[in-house]
Amino acid sequence: MELFTNQVLAGIATGAIYACMALAVVMIYQAIDHLNFAQGEMAMFSTFISWQLMQWGIPYWWAFLATLIISFAGGIVIERLLFKPLAKAPVLTNVAGFIALYGIINSVAGLIWDFTIKQYPTPFGSSPFLGSQLISTHQAGMIGVTVLLLIALYLFFQFTRIGLAMRAAAALPESARLVGINTSWMIALGWGMASAIGAIAGILIAPVVFLEPNMMLGVLLYGFAAAVLGGLTSPLGAVIGGFLVGIFENLAGTYIPGVGNELKLPIALALIITVLVFKPAGLLGRPIVKRV
Amino acid sequence: MSAAEEVVTEAPAVEAVPKRAMTLGLGTSLLVLAALVIAPLFVKNFIIFQMTMLLIYGLAVLALNILTGGSGQFSLGQSAFYAVGAYTSAILMEHVGMNYALTLPIAGLICFGFGFLFGQPALRLSGVYLALATFALATAMPQLLKLGFFEHWTGGVQGLVVTKPDAPFGLPMSQDMWLYYFTLVITIGIYIASVNLLRSRSGRAFMAIRDNEIAASAMGVDVALYKTLAFGVSAGVTGVAGGLGAIAVQFVAPDSYTIVLAISLFLGMVVGGVGWLPGSIVGSAFIIFVPNIAEGISKGLSGAVFGVLLFLVIFLVPHGARQVAMVAQHMLGKLKKN
Repeated sequence: MELFTNQVLAGIATGAIYACMALAVVMIYQAIDHLNFAQGEMAMFSTFISWQLMQWGIPYWWAFLATLIISFAGGIVIERLLFKPLAKAPVLTNVAGFIALYGIINSVAGLIWDFTIKQYPTPFGSSPFLGSQLISTHQAGMIGVTVLLLIALYLFFQFTRIGLAMRAAAALPESARLVGINTSWMIALGWGMASAIGAIAGILIAPVVFLEPNMMLGVLLYGFAAAVLGGLTSPLGAVIGGFLVGIFENLAGTYIPGVGNELKLPIALALIITVLVFKPAGLLGRPIVKRV
Repeated sequence: MSAAEEVVTEAPAVEAVPKRAMTLGLGTSLLVLAALVIAPLFVKNFIIFQMTMLLIYGLAVLALNILTGGSGQFSLGQSAFYAVGAYTSAILMEHVGMNYALTLPIAGLICFGFGFLFGQPALRLSGVYLALATFALATAMPQLLKLGFFEHWTGGVQGLVVTKPDAPFGLPMSQDMWLYYFTLVITIGIYIASVNLLRSRSGRAFMAIRDNEIAASAMGVDVALYKTLAFGVSAGVTGVAGGLGAIAVQFVAPDSYTIVLAISLFLGMVVGGVGWLPGSIVGSAFIIFVPNIAEGISKGLSGAVFGVLLFLVIFLVPHGARQVAMVAQHMLGKLKKN
């Protein structure tokens, strides 16, 4: 039983990261109806920026804040330069664009910071949390930050004018434009926020998986799985999906014989396919009805 | 809040390609064919090997083109079908001792079945979701091939070594050259069959589904059947390409068939022009040679150079090689008039 609780708690902690990643994926999906395959690389790049700032002697939380601002601006720049011109292009062209972006970011990061694995500090420490052996303070911190982030996003979308405008632009772009919302900039804003949220996910997981240019690939896949499970149209669903995928991953690794580390990835992917087949809208997603 | 989406107003998954714009004229086709037949007589064995790979990847891109350009479905998982084809050929040759030429139709059939079955759940997915599901398949495939359960047949992580066939009937040519012509014949056969498929009743059904699924079903097209059929045919052709690839490379191992291969094939299709079958060979050339060129420009930045080139293609020639060919044809027409 102790093993079980232990694994569930560890699962919630890693799930927090998947939840962050899924949130970033959902943000962009809401804005432009595409899955950003380069999301993980954008997060990785942000994490490297924060690491560089700390190397220059800037304290952790200032570096954290600066990274969020840089990532936010970076996300907007990428949208304006590369993806705004593709807004009317077929899905296929967009997917190719995301793959190109993936290649560019990955290789530039490798060139600037090379491919050696780096340690990344945590502000929470790694001692046992509240004297319990089950989770460390860093894991507790990850969960705390994710929950705070979700609450902040909820407040932003429910109670601010600009949050309302973004929701309107995502739900019914044409009607939103008719009531005077600049939908094009709402999309850019969505990219900026997704990029900043991805940066938070990267900074939180870097102490666990260590910092290197390929650190986010596995995390991104689980983020996709979480977003699909929770429903690509629901931020709350994405977070719940993230926690569920984290728990599922850990329990499957512990209790199903033959599922070692090497089969963890196929299991996440089997999960994606199962959800897509049986409940394509996800747990909390809004089903799309098509009209000709 | 209304959850309905207007299908007509949204951007289509794939730009509609008129049926006539899918192939080359007869004269140009013969010219390309002649070039492909004569070229190997003048070059070294290594270049012949590269040309063989060009044809093999060309076949795999063609298969994806039938699926995406024809029926409008996505796949980022072609590497999985390629892997199944390659392993089928390798296992049949090495464990059963079958002739290499006979293993190819079997590889094709097995992959057809596999693709047809995978097409069943894929039926309910469209656009981005299908890309994601097939992406999952491609990522999982190397891990599945490494499973201890199949190790007796697949050779596990080590993979299998395949013997390269000699030219038959005592023909005076090198193994590489024989394999090139063997591949060329198969490629041409499949190309002609694909062109005919897209011109047939089934091809028209594919295209109707691509352009508007609901309208197609209202016209009496069995959407479920044709969508899975497109998946099956595409997987089958990819399987044949995979089998040929295994014979040409003389080696199969799980890590040769990762998501990178699937993404390459996808990019090959985009560069060659979606729905334009002759573009497959251009796309194949892009994915074989451009990484080398990128590495030549800058070793550390090869990924970035590749990405930038891809963006250039997307922005400057969004229809890929098809667009270039059309412009060239147009200019030639003008020259003739003057």
